[in-house]
Amino acid sequence: MTPLSPADVTTMSASALADALVAGDVSSAEATGAYLDRIAAVDGAVHAFLHVDADGALATAAEVDRRRAAGADLHPLAGVPLAVKDVVATQGLPTTAGSRLLQGWVPPYDATIVARIRAAGLPVLGKTNMDEFAMGSSTEHSAYGPTHNPWDLDRIPGGSGGGSAAAVAAFEAPLAIGTDTGGSIRQPAAITGTVGVKPTYGGVSRYGLIALASSLDQAGPVTRTVLDAALLHELIGGHDRLDSTSINAPTPAVVAAAHRADVAGMRIGVVRELGGEGYQPGVRARFDEALALLTGAGAEVVEVSCPHFEYALAAYYLILPSEASSNLARFDAMRYGLRVWPEGKPEASAEDVMLATRAAGFGDEAKRRIILGTYALSSGYYDAYYGSAQKVRTLIARDFEQAFTHADVLVSPTAPTTAFRLGEKLDDPLAMYLNDIATIPANLAGVPGISLPSGLADEDGLPAGFQALAPATHDDRLYRVGATLEALLADRWGGPLLDRAPVLTGEVLA
Amino acid sequence: MAHLARLARIDLSDAELDHLAPQLAVIVESVAKVSEVADDDVPPTSHPLPVTNVFRDDIVVPGLTAEEALSGAPDVDRRRFSVPRILGEEQ
Amino acid sequence: MISYEEALQTFEPVIGLEVHVELGTVSKMFCGCATEFGAEPNSQVCPTCLGLPGSLPVLNGAAVESAMRIGLALGCSIAEWCRFARKNYFYPDMPKNFQTSQYDEPIAYEGAVDVEVDAGTVTVGIERAHMEEDTGKSLHVGGATGRIHGASHSLVDYNRAGIPLIEIVTKPVTGADARAPEVARAYVGQLRELLLALGVSDVRMEQGSLRCDANVSLRPRGSDVLGTRTETKNVNSLRSIERAVRHEICRQAEVLLAGERVVQETRHWHEDTGVTTSGREKSDAEDYRYFPEPDLVPVAPSREWVDRLRATLPEPPHARRARLQQAWEFSDLEMRDVVGAGALELVDKTIEAGAAPQAARKWWLTELARRARADGVELVELPITPGQVAELQALVDAGRVNDKLARQVLEGVLAGEGSPEQVVAARGLEVVSDDGALGAAVDRAIASNPDVAAKIRDGKVAAAGALIGAVMKELRGQADAGRVRELVLQRLG
Repeated sequence: MTPLSPADVTTMSASALADALVAGDVSSAEATGAYLDRIAAVDGAVHAFLHVDADGALATAAEVDRRRAAGADLHPLAGVPLAVKDVVATQGLPTTAGSRLLQGWVPPYDATIVARIRAAGLPVLGKTNMDEFAMGSSTEHSAYGPTHNPWDLDRIPGGSGGGSAAAVAAFEAPLAIGTDTGGSIRQPAAITGTVGVKPTYGGVSRYGLIALASSLDQAGPVTRTVLDAALLHELIGGHDRLDSTSINAPTPAVVAAAHRADVAGMRIGVVRELGGEGYQPGVRARFDEALALLTGAGAEVVEVSCPHFEYALAAYYLILPSEASSNLARFDAMRYGLRVWPEGKPEASAEDVMLATRAAGFGDEAKRRIILGTYALSSGYYDAYYGSAQKVRTLIARDFEQAFTHADVLVSPTAPTTAFRLGEKLDDPLAMYLNDIATIPANLAGVPGISLPSGLADEDGLPAGFQALAPATHDDRLYRVGATLEALLADRWGGPLLDRAPVLTGEVLA
Repeated sequence: MAHLARLARIDLSDAELDHLAPQLAVIVESVAKVSEVADDDVPPTSHPLPVTNVFRDDIVVPGLTAEEALSGAPDVDRRRFSVPRILGEEQ
Repeated sequence: MISYEEALQTFEPVIGLEVHVELGTVSKMFCGCATEFGAEPNSQVCPTCLGLPGSLPVLNGAAVESAMRIGLALGCSIAEWCRFARKNYFYPDMPKNFQTSQYDEPIAYEGAVDVEVDAGTVTVGIERAHMEEDTGKSLHVGGATGRIHGASHSLVDYNRAGIPLIEIVTKPVTGADARAPEVARAYVGQLRELLLALGVSDVRMEQGSLRCDANVSLRPRGSDVLGTRTETKNVNSLRSIERAVRHEICRQAEVLLAGERVVQETRHWHEDTGVTTSGREKSDAEDYRYFPEPDLVPVAPSREWVDRLRATLPEPPHARRARLQQAWEFSDLEMRDVVGAGALELVDKTIEAGAAPQAARKWWLTELARRARADGVELVELPITPGQVAELQALVDAGRVNDKLARQVLEGVLAGEGSPEQVVAARGLEVVSDDGALGAAVDRAIASNPDVAAKIRDGKVAAAGALIGAVMKELRGQADAGRVRELVLQRLG
């Protein structure tokens, strides 16, 4: 057998790499080194990373190799490197959430999911770029510059987790952690031709995730295959006593479901309200083909209606800003992060410094949402805005409940369009918000969702995504559908979609 | 808008106010549609899952050392967070 | 300023009290940090109570139980389902810039307590008791007095941030009239006693573990519309509650009689000068933007849980007082003095430790009460335990010390010299009980006062006092005067 080349290592799936590590075909140090080299070669063009921790990753890799050589009982993913979205607290590694306010902040503690990742021996390659405090759908709202879509560097990679999605799509990491408040895992996955899963709310600990909207946020896997997502999901999922909203039950059998990859007899509900007007024809075409493939595999396709989904976007853009305005209040220059003194005011008070710091530290989108949230919660407006949005939330949960009596999973295109050009929607917030129209209902109801590639849109040759949603705590269904469709599409394409991604500048130079 | 910015402790310049105010107006108009279906008989949902009674035991768990706690502080004095003078009354 | 009597001629006071109690849990409300008082700054903190990005709260179950027991003891209903809310406002000692509190869904609501005052009983309605967290503590630097005004900057210690608080809010107390200041004091005193009996807090006002805000408003006699109220903060002893309410009644009356309006505001009590000064004005700008705390799940106590807690409640104060009064054979007046002095627990524990009821009462209401007044502290804050008082009384009962020596022993205990036995030993305060030594001293006294001795021999027993005095003087008071008298009369009788 010929030894694995660095390119072989970085293009194989995480599960294949895990197998190669167990078989001794490659060491974790070699694999981690290959990914660090790849990052060095292409991240100048992609800008998926805000911070790369080469030394830390290589040290973990060496330790895993040593333990493996000593015959230790290791986690199946031990030695497989991964990237972490910069919204997740990592002890000893800068954590900025894409904001100037946290430039250089090094948390004195690990998020629960990071503690689990470290305990399992996955080298942490670095922290990935994102919209500031996860507010955005394009990663253009990062204080550290946008991430570029590996399929077309002039286009957005989706957001807020564009860094994690682009890192995986550009073969800079086999696995990444994302967070999804309204689609920030699934929409970038769709836009970059990768796989992303938002688990059931409470399925993965939020302890250590810099909160955007506490009742919507959920961390999950960002990968290149459905099985890889399941493996990472299983690692980070499960009860955490540090998160009151964590579900006190074992993670659904997601890895088994991904292996099973069978939809025979499954009822698949197409949500009438997600997929009509405003959806790009190429996105629709790939979605319809995917449905046909699933039908061919024995699934029964039914149409369901969720009449209140048309209010989801409005409810979301009240609940999120409200919770965010409160969650982001702590960035006040007193205990950590940026402190800006107002100009010409040496005698400034704490309040003056808070005003000046937050003015200088938050970007436009953060300011928009904080002020919107402050408004929605203020006395006299609470009932009409925040209160009504909470009621819509109930109606959307009821829609799901009703729909799930007719279908085992619900499906739709993940995002209405493929990647748009950088800067195109930057100053049109409402147009930007529409990117999340199909992903938001799941967050409002707390149900799990997956996005996987459905193909390239004919009109622009860019990836489109297929979304499946399941009832709360039935995340395994996503993996059954996802793994089935993934296999059918790979057969049709003759390989993974990412094989068709363009060669990146850095590679040419390298 | 200026009042809201002050409540949110963000010192917005006049230029920013001019830039953001119309955008916010459009957003507010768009999200106001939630009230169309928010009838009195619909209960509000604050938590996506119906979980109640999650408690921890009353035991001391080691936290951070003072050094760790103060490690990210913009200014430290006498093992405390040093902050600009506070106007107004003690709470 | 006009007198209290003048103020009451025209106006009727209405008071309301908001008491914050720090619970005595070993860990904080939402994290596992220790709650010990007086630790090194920022040494009892973690990501959660420091409000670090990403941290989350988890509710202390023991704090919830304490809150429910307090509610039950105050006769409240316990909510079947309630949530926490975020109270949003910016302040440097508040790590998240919101306080996790309860807003319109308190854990306990609608109760009442009967408060004993000199002239009888007043019922104080309880509006609610809810759970919340404490803030950090600021040290103001660069100012003249360490106060907030004039300080150049402040130093914040977050050890206190996140300590569980229960806020107990009364309904407006009407009908107390001239007794309003007394009712305010008695209510807080009684509440403190109740909290002590529940064992939920050490209720030390001087350490801030019980903090009281007093709301006062006046209305013209005969009116049933409530006037504009002020909220006086920083009232940190029972005595100052009474003084502050009284002062605020007079101040507001003066304002109203001058034809001006009372401003709705927070005021600060100054213990040294006995006045309140204006704090921040309550205005509409204070918009806390409450909303349900998404990071904590609702609390839904089952019937069984509530019943189980109800069974752990101490005897209601009223019933307990009646039972103890009977057992101790105290008069109504004696009992009221004990309660009024906040000495019920102390007397009870002293009796439990072996002292006779009257003796226990006497120590706490005379010697120790005097000492507490002189030091400006509450009885419970004196550095002496009921067990030590009982031990001292046992020394008296055994004739080992006389009253005068006993007071000296007490001084020693209060000065931190140890237990009564240790003080007796260290200071050599025991009475001379050796008849040989006493007899010799008596003989010397008779010999040096022949004329007095003659009078006694002639039957003028009253003259014995002079000889007893001489003996006591020689023995520096360390003798049992009764025994000396016996020996004198034996020899001269």
